[in-house]
Amino acid sequence: MPGAKKIMVNEYQSTYSPNTPKIKKQMLSDIGVDSYKNLFSDIPEKYRFPELNLPAPTSELDLKNELSKIANKNSTPGDYSSFLGAGAYRHFIPSVVKQITSRSEFMTSYTPYQPEVSQGTLQAHFEFQSMVCELTDMEVANAGMYDGATSAAEAVLMACRVNKKLKVEIVGTVSPLYTDVITTLTQATGIEISYNNIETILQNNNDEAPACYVIQQPNFLGEISDPGQLKLLSNKNNALLIVISEPMFLSMYQTPSYYNADIVVAEGQPFGVSLAYGGPYAGLFACKKDYIRQLPGRIVGETIDSKNKKGYVLTLQTREQHIKRERATSNICTSVGLIALMSTVYMALQGKKGLKYLSELCYHKSHYAAAKINNLPGFELQTNNFFKEFAISCPIPVKEVNEYLHENKIIGGYDVSDFIKNGMLLAITEMNSKEEIDNLITLLSQVKTL
Amino acid sequence: MKNSNVRKLLMDRSIEGKVGATMPSIDVPLQTLPNKKFLRENLAMPEVSENEIVRYFSSISQMNFSIDHNFYPLGSCTMKYNPKLNDDIAGFPGFNEIHPLQNIDTIQGALEIMFDLQNILAEITGMSGTSLAPMAGAEAELAGMLMIRAYHRNREDFKRKKVIIPDSAHGTNPASAVMAGFEVISIPTDTNGNTDLEALKNVVDASTAGLMLTQPSTLGLFDTNILEVVKIINSNGGLIYGDGANLNAILGKVKPGEIGFDVVHSNLHKTFTQPHGGGGPGAGAIMVSDKLIDFLPDPIVTKDKIDKFDLSKPQKSIGKMGAFHGNFGALVRAYSYIRTLGKEGINNISEDAVINANYLRIKLKDTLDLPYDRICSHEVVFSAKTIKEKYGVNALDIAKRLIDYDIHPPTMYFPLTVEEALLVEPTETESKETLDEFIETVKTICEEAKTNPNLLHNAPHNTPNTRLNEALAARNPKLNWRNTIEEAN
Repeated sequence: MPGAKKIMVNEYQSTYSPNTPKIKKQMLSDIGVDSYKNLFSDIPEKYRFPELNLPAPTSELDLKNELSKIANKNSTPGDYSSFLGAGAYRHFIPSVVKQITSRSEFMTSYTPYQPEVSQGTLQAHFEFQSMVCELTDMEVANAGMYDGATSAAEAVLMACRVNKKLKVEIVGTVSPLYTDVITTLTQATGIEISYNNIETILQNNNDEAPACYVIQQPNFLGEISDPGQLKLLSNKNNALLIVISEPMFLSMYQTPSYYNADIVVAEGQPFGVSLAYGGPYAGLFACKKDYIRQLPGRIVGETIDSKNKKGYVLTLQTREQHIKRERATSNICTSVGLIALMSTVYMALQGKKGLKYLSELCYHKSHYAAAKINNLPGFELQTNNFFKEFAISCPIPVKEVNEYLHENKIIGGYDVSDFIKNGMLLAITEMNSKEEIDNLITLLSQVKTL
Repeated sequence: MKNSNVRKLLMDRSIEGKVGATMPSIDVPLQTLPNKKFLRENLAMPEVSENEIVRYFSSISQMNFSIDHNFYPLGSCTMKYNPKLNDDIAGFPGFNEIHPLQNIDTIQGALEIMFDLQNILAEITGMSGTSLAPMAGAEAELAGMLMIRAYHRNREDFKRKKVIIPDSAHGTNPASAVMAGFEVISIPTDTNGNTDLEALKNVVDASTAGLMLTQPSTLGLFDTNILEVVKIINSNGGLIYGDGANLNAILGKVKPGEIGFDVVHSNLHKTFTQPHGGGGPGAGAIMVSDKLIDFLPDPIVTKDKIDKFDLSKPQKSIGKMGAFHGNFGALVRAYSYIRTLGKEGINNISEDAVINANYLRIKLKDTLDLPYDRICSHEVVFSAKTIKEKYGVNALDIAKRLIDYDIHPPTMYFPLTVEEALLVEPTETESKETLDEFIETVKTICEEAKTNPNLLHNAPHNTPNTRLNEALAARNPKLNWRNTIEEAN
């Protein structure tokens, strides 16, 4: 056709872009340019259209075959019996959890900034906040943080804002995985972190009060602290008491409110979330209502609409970065909506009775195992008062013990030799059958002769 | 009837004795439980049957819009289609069931994926090193700013306390800079939507640690002054942070590392299709130039001479961003997406996204105000200023009316610098047919603004709730089943 311009587009038709080269040419003609390249002319010419060194496109079939082989290089709990915990725990996940959270209405929706089209997510978040409040016995909870460790770090930052102080005391044996994150996230704030045991703090009356005390209950090695002593700690000067806990433990034991905790944080993963090599998980974050304006993260609140019907919205948003910018309580934006939903559905399914039953089951199994291991020559139980996780000392280095266990299809415990000589931290849940536990004990009894 | 029932919360559905899950048997001898005084007396969780729970959550889910059901022209959020195969691959037991603290020898497959993804993201952004540790974009921003801080301190330059951020930036930028110990200096955008060079020159000095810049900007514009901006910052000893929120627009078209960025992050839940999940989880990979490689967050995946992978802590690392190694599930999805599209497909993303946005720009420029009348990038900012002046209908009204046509509202009142802003990002996964419907719908709504403005003021009309009272929610917060907090302040 005379006068018709030849319009240039990339002729490759990719999988997820619906517009064909022919359609794109028509669109470019409407836009009034004769090449897609003209749409990128704001980019400095010298740097425009660089070579991209990437592999060629792959079909779904080929990719699944290839990645399935790579996945199979890993030793997978299930194929192996696993006794590894130390902050991430293997618990049973009912089918309903995956089915519900795979629904595209939940999985492919955006952050609920537009409440009229997000009541599903908002109502589910409200259920989550409510159940976290019940679990922790606290007055308010947010809709979740990235993980337990960042929850702990945000709790520290919040306590420093509340008390307008920059001193933080970590009390007793708190997971190094958590203290590392607290250190990272506070490194530029002027916050000073010190480490002490509870006895020293309770005896010493001269020191300047910190913004907060941070304890882990049960602690990193599984030891449950005396609630009476924790009560004394919470009453000591005006420091806030931050408790890092674990949801299955909270289902069975006295809640941190008993010893007057101000902020309770926990890794939510044990409740309905796959191990997935460490994430995505969801951090639980709950506190007393006095600190509501200093909370980090998203919060859902109940309200009414213009026709007086009940509904839910993101609330207290004036704390958040998209409103307050440099004066926000946290920079958190995208958080963990879908993961929090997994825990919500999990708690709904297990309900009042199920959570009690499961936590007691973990207790029975771990105490059964611990007593047996303690009777093995060369092994000694190192945790006195525990729930589902405990430390033992082994007659030989943990690395060697674990290699032997791995040869026999067992993923052994976490190496805590930094804390206890040849120390191993073992977690036992409902996923570990008696047969698995007995097999572990048999193999451990052979270790001394390796 | 149905609608009121769906709003009934789990606790109000609870009836004593109902169970929602089966309990595994106790196969070990019962042990002595602790003294009762150490145990909790009551755990007030709902008691609801399994079928009721499934029906409840399925029903409330239907009150949501989602990518699988609706068009989301949500500026700067890159709400594109989330391929299903990625979810299946992330669900392979070898990825989904492995424990984060397993011995390195037993998770070589997981590390292989991470190692490959690190290299791919470095290649795409023109950088030298990657850490996949940050768990969202904002966490990556924090990591990046902590690295810039560590870099200056490592040179024993302790004066660099200020970070410059354009006024069009996402709120996370200033919030992250402050968490990294910096003072924020805001600079304006010039009339063309570029960085205001004079304003920049006026604030840059020896106390400048760096600049945080989103490219293309949240105005949907690639800064034509970019090389000058880089020069001004670099010649004063500052570093440049690239917010990769809009990386979708430049994939294969320019590599930020090549034009002088020192650090750039990528929201894997935007550009690389990790499903948004109603507000997460995401993942925020962070890529850096040679200057910052030793400061990357812990861990990075390394490979030795015999092809064995390991987790390593960079020499001067700013530390760990989470308890483990990042949101692995999101990393697998991003990897699967990139491998499916490959070089040709990745190249097409930006082209198709930018064509789609410019098509909307051209077709709607006579219907809405177009504050920056130039070729746009992957998104275009319109304004409802004229319509508001003429008919008293604002950007919010238009956005809410779109809901009645099953379209998710665009980003509104952002960037803050544009009055009555409507920021529209179609993404590359929308067809011309969908865009044409959107165009017609916007035109219809703007016509309604003239003829029946109340239709817009009261929109949406067909949703489970009409406009909600946010002031009430904040004044007397009711945040759970238990209590309402009276007059919180």
